[in-house]
Amino acid sequence: MTSREDITGGLAEILEEVAGVNPDDVAEEKSFTEDLDVDSLSMVEVVVAAEEKFGVKIPDDEVQNLKTVGDAVSYIVKAQG
Amino acid sequence: MTAEVVITGLGATTPLGGDVASTWDGMVTGRSGVGPLTQEWAAQLPVRIAAQLAVEPTTVLDRVQARRLDRSEMTAIIAAREAWADAGSPEIDSERLAVSIGTGIGGAQTLLNQDDILEASGPRRVSPHTVPMLMPNGPAAWVGLELKAQAGVHCVASACATGSEAIALGLDIIRSGRADIVVAGGTEAVVHPLPIAGFASMRAMSTRNDEPERASRPWDKARDGFVLGEGAGVVVLERADHARARGAKVYARLAGAGLTSDGYDIVQPHPEGDGAVRAIKAALRDAHLDPREVTHVNAHATSTPVGDMGEIKGLHRALGEHPVITSTKSMTGHLLGAAGAVESIATILAVHHGLVPPTINLDDPDDGLDLDVVAHKARHLEIGAAINNSFGFGGHNAVLVFTRV
Repeated sequence: MTSREDITGGLAEILEEVAGVNPDDVAEEKSFTEDLDVDSLSMVEVVVAAEEKFGVKIPDDEVQNLKTVGDAVSYIVKAQG
Repeated sequence: MTAEVVITGLGATTPLGGDVASTWDGMVTGRSGVGPLTQEWAAQLPVRIAAQLAVEPTTVLDRVQARRLDRSEMTAIIAAREAWADAGSPEIDSERLAVSIGTGIGGAQTLLNQDDILEASGPRRVSPHTVPMLMPNGPAAWVGLELKAQAGVHCVASACATGSEAIALGLDIIRSGRADIVVAGGTEAVVHPLPIAGFASMRAMSTRNDEPERASRPWDKARDGFVLGEGAGVVVLERADHARARGAKVYARLAGAGLTSDGYDIVQPHPEGDGAVRAIKAALRDAHLDPREVTHVNAHATSTPVGDMGEIKGLHRALGEHPVITSTKSMTGHLLGAAGAVESIATILAVHHGLVPPTINLDDPDDGLDLDVVAHKARHLEIGAAINNSFGFGGHNAVLVFTRV
């Protein structure tokens, strides 16, 4: 089990690498597209990198529900069960 | 009346330098951009030399942008940014700005690298950026995106004639009234074992692995093939009255272009240079020039045994014996789809400065070489009109005429 803070931190690292997002801007309430300016192709990269980092599967039809960083953290927490 | 078209900006990244100034300096001082391939994969290849970029594009571009770009897109963007800035970053209605940047091979490195990932890790690991990275129109599209060009973004593909044909298309676009400025050129970055193995299997490449700097030697008796290079060249073409109205600096006039096809063989050039002769004649007709007025030729001459001398025969037939000739490929290697663009820049600067870069390594001229080639050292020459020849696999012939303003 990874804490929500650790998952947020891990996502921030991925977002910086893939899309050049400043890690200080990454917080649970932030929207990937609206606030962090992550485009659709980069979002695919974020998802694949997150699957690898956290050892989970994020199916494509689930990705559209992950609007904010918090949505992704909750999904990863649940998937890690 | 046909619109007059001038060149108001130049940009390049080549084996001789990361910009036009360093590339031109390398040319006029007769420096070779060819070196050994030290990558691990090169050890198994018959060819272990290439003319690689002098400045790594990833050190120039933003890191996140670079990871979404094929290397041929990076070089195009770098050259286009320089050319645009050199032209004074003209203020122009987006709907009057077009792009024509071609490539011979396109994003082959991306295709091959992503295939490695597919084989090793499966389809989900293939980058979502793969398609826009490998598509041959990617370099033109990225440049168009950066400059917000809305009068059309085009990608010419005619192998080693690409760069020149892309500039010829730019000329057409302005003359036909579809744009006032066209950012035009060519790009190539395929220093990768597969393309090298393919060219080597054709026996088209030099295997002078022990002496890289002496490997590219157009017209020399000991020439044994071309040396693969990578890079990009981009010019800003502008309607002359548009350039005048904004007080732009003008390098030269693009007075005409000639495009023909051999209809002879898929890779061999016509032995008498027939297609080249027709292209030169067409270009001169287009420019309303007499052959006697052409004082300088930047030849295609790639350092292959057959091609170099066929071009000489063609020049004889089309122009006569007077022009002063050079092959800058002796220094840059063969940039394939970028060759015509980088060599156009060399021709434009030769006209502009009255200085012809040398053909290095021409130690023992071939028997049929009875034209005046500038060997070893640059030569001062007043140039009223010059042509740039580019020929490509597939039988493409593209000839551009540049004149002094």
